[in-house]
Amino acid sequence: MSPREITLSTTPTDEAIAELRLGDVVYLSGLMYTAREGVYMRALEERANIPMELPAQSAANFHCSPAARINEDGSFDMGAVTATASFRFAKWLPEWMAKTGAKLIVGKGGMTSKDYKEYFVPNGAVYLSTVGYGTGALLGRGVENVEAVHWNEELGLAQAMWVLKCNKMGPFIVASDLNGDCLFERENAKIAENVARVYEGTKPAVLKRYGESDDRTDEVI
Amino acid sequence: MIPISVIQSTAETLMDKAAIEIPQDYLNGLQEAARTEDGDLSSFVLKAMLENYEAAKEDRRAMCGDTGVPRWFVKMGNEARVEGGMVALEAALRRATANATNGVPLRPNRVHPLWRTDHDNNVGIGAPEIEYGFEPEGEWVDLITVHKGGLFGTDYRMLFPSDGVQGIKRFYLDSLMAFGKRGLACQPAIIGIGLGGSKDICMTLGKRASTLRIVGSRNSDPRIAEMEDEFKELGNSIGMGAMGFVGKNMVIDCNIEVGYCHTGGMPMSVHAFCLSSRRAVARIHADGRVGHRTDPDWFTDYQRRETVEWEPVQEAAE
Repeated sequence: MSPREITLSTTPTDEAIAELRLGDVVYLSGLMYTAREGVYMRALEERANIPMELPAQSAANFHCSPAARINEDGSFDMGAVTATASFRFAKWLPEWMAKTGAKLIVGKGGMTSKDYKEYFVPNGAVYLSTVGYGTGALLGRGVENVEAVHWNEELGLAQAMWVLKCNKMGPFIVASDLNGDCLFERENAKIAENVARVYEGTKPAVLKRYGESDDRTDEVI
Repeated sequence: MIPISVIQSTAETLMDKAAIEIPQDYLNGLQEAARTEDGDLSSFVLKAMLENYEAAKEDRRAMCGDTGVPRWFVKMGNEARVEGGMVALEAALRRATANATNGVPLRPNRVHPLWRTDHDNNVGIGAPEIEYGFEPEGEWVDLITVHKGGLFGTDYRMLFPSDGVQGIKRFYLDSLMAFGKRGLACQPAIIGIGLGGSKDICMTLGKRASTLRIVGSRNSDPRIAEMEDEFKELGNSIGMGAMGFVGKNMVIDCNIEVGYCHTGGMPMSVHAFCLSSRRAVARIHADGRVGHRTDPDWFTDYQRRETVEWEPVQEAAE
């Protein structure tokens, strides 16, 4: 059975988001901006003014650094585009979503169902995962134009805020819904049933590590 | 004498090929995986990846937006000489890395670990890594670039002889489980396992096992070759596929490399060469001829030698 395919605006209506089901394949049209630790720190910790009208221009935050260059004449060349793992940004996302009205968080690997329930659902937002990873060339084809690159001087090319005009950019997979359910956790639970069988016959290492015991007064032998 | 200009121009071509063209051996492996995969979602992912490789080649754009950390392996025949010497060669490889970062373009991934300084060219302190190997005969230089991606999928552990093969299996499974969930390791991958060596060499062996051996190759020690088959099957029996979705393709191949270690220990490393297994190879001959290939052919009998002297020709004659 092939997944359902949906084309979605980067400024989606509440109804369009409510329609999405875990595992749906989504293609995005409209403006999407990249923001990761550099942008979050600058906007939230250093309180710099965000150089876009959010969410009016875009409600889609891409955890991404593109393989791209800024030419000497100021134009841009966009090659491949893929996401970076999102779990590291949980620290900033609640405040970011409250401030910018982001409805689509697009990245790699998703967040936990706890994150979804705590601040995605109350903000009416869902998580879209890139596919692969990563389908960088396919996603690159979906970028019609680079509209702007903000904070390049302050943050460098990889951390700058790239504003991408997307035309049926994809594929992405719906990894959370408005119940706060998590696609990856659903899959983990199915796989977990088999884990004991795969490990059968193996034994724990002779020398333990902290982490296997979180009591630092323990020895590891 | 190999002209330095040929070193640099070849290196620039290799940077481009590595970023854009998936090596045929990995592609064959992934096509086979796509043929056998029956998980709905992981099957969709593999098909999308196969389309992605085509798109990358058609458009001449990098296959993945995270273009990894470019690095170099230089293999030299014993009689090879490079114009300007090895300092000139290193400068040429650094120039090629910087030029290709802007040219392809690649993502300028390399930053200072503390100050996060980014030169926007993938060159900095210790970057790109340049490692060397030598072979007993030949006037050629092999340039191998690997653009390994991924912050995940790699781990090291000091095991001991009493941990045995069951302990090795367990740490292997732990690495696949830990980094396979949500697809953090960007699997199905070429898994490299390093066994033995000192701690740093253990990591090096695993890294080279994943990046410098092709899919379908087997260790020259038949008992290790058997373990490679067994470990590949074990990894694929977890029930986890691409992106950590239910599936049966996690390991495209498993390569194991060993080195002699301290008698009391059995260090082990695990590495994953991801869905963008980027490597490209060229041999440059003394007369300036260049031959391109995708098999690094790094682990020759000479690299795996265990005797004091290297006299295979005489031994064969006796």
